[in-house]
Amino acid sequence: MNRHTRRWHGIGGTTTIIREHRMQRYTRTAMALHWVMALLIVSAFVMGLVMTNIPGFSPAKLRYFSWHKWLGVTVFALAVLRVLWRTFHTPPPHPAQLPAWQNLAASAVHWLLYVLIFAVPISGYLYTLSAGVPVVYLGVWPMPVFMEPNPELKPLLRAVHYWLDMTMAALVAAHAAAALKHHLIDRDDVLKRMVPFLK
Amino acid sequence: MKITPHVLRATLLASTIGLALAAHAAVLKTDAAKSSVSATFKQMNVPIEDKFKKFTAVIDYDAAKPDASKATVEIDTASLDLGDPEYSKEVAKKEWFNSAQFPKATFVSTSIKAAGAGKLTVTGNLTIKGKTTPVTFPLTVTTSGGKQVFDGALPIKRLTYNIGEGQWKATDMVADDVLIKFHVVAGQ
Repeated sequence: MNRHTRRWHGIGGTTTIIREHRMQRYTRTAMALHWVMALLIVSAFVMGLVMTNIPGFSPAKLRYFSWHKWLGVTVFALAVLRVLWRTFHTPPPHPAQLPAWQNLAASAVHWLLYVLIFAVPISGYLYTLSAGVPVVYLGVWPMPVFMEPNPELKPLLRAVHYWLDMTMAALVAAHAAAALKHHLIDRDDVLKRMVPFLK
Repeated sequence: MKITPHVLRATLLASTIGLALAAHAAVLKTDAAKSSVSATFKQMNVPIEDKFKKFTAVIDYDAAKPDASKATVEIDTASLDLGDPEYSKEVAKKEWFNSAQFPKATFVSTSIKAAGAGKLTVTGNLTIKGKTTPVTFPLTVTTSGGKQVFDGALPIKRLTYNIGEGQWKATDMVADDVLIKFHVVAGQ
């Protein structure tokens, strides 16, 4: 919640101080990037869990693997756009009355999520290159192959990708729970700033 | 000339080699560690190259008489390494190579003809999963470290040999075109 103090210069030289409630939202572009990425990341995560639990191999399994990689490439591209946008557009400040630890926690989670929207797709990409299966985006555009298949590195990259995913899942859950707590319990503007239709 | 043990040994060696050459052109010893046979295919447009871990190649080749050459290659179909044991064990299944019934894929040459310097045109019968078809492909021969190196690529259609039955028949997932590449290093 942002309370802006403004001086109102009235007729006859009287000065009234008006405390008004004016909410600062994220930009439309930031909101669009946030929600599109949220949808893609959740889809890729669920698909990753489903596909790796299909035993042996089947056409469906291979298809899910391809889709999962296409989602990852898309998330990476959007992450680049998002960081560029964020560099030039400062987000609205945290609510003024927020306890220090919550300020710190919110900032830490946001920064970690910014790191992970790069680290997760990159680790998955390296993992698939190490397995000798390059990515052909949407089945049309071959993505760069800058690493030879590497059976020694493969299990390590698999573990790195898995644990980054799990870390991200935990942080996304915390991030969403905090947003809901602000909206439903604190009844402040934290969630509204990111949701175009919430008044 | 005085017959010394040295001369005797040399004579014996020469005649042994002569006998060996007379018996067959020159069956070369394949260096398994340096040789490879792979299959390259496209899965949802992604090119993937996987190697067969077990195969034997018998090449009877004499650079002086290339047209008298012969080649036989036997590949253990179950040995295709997809890079993950869980996947690799799938290829032996009935839908793919059916390795229980057809453990080996073979190529036996019927004619090898010189086709320019270091080049041969190889014709022969390729048998996979009980299906035999005649195939012809170019082969290059180079010499490296005193050994002959044979490189060739043979494009096939997997469905000709029923590789990938049932749900795998559709080629939008795994393309019909498969390139079999081999690199055989062999010497005396």
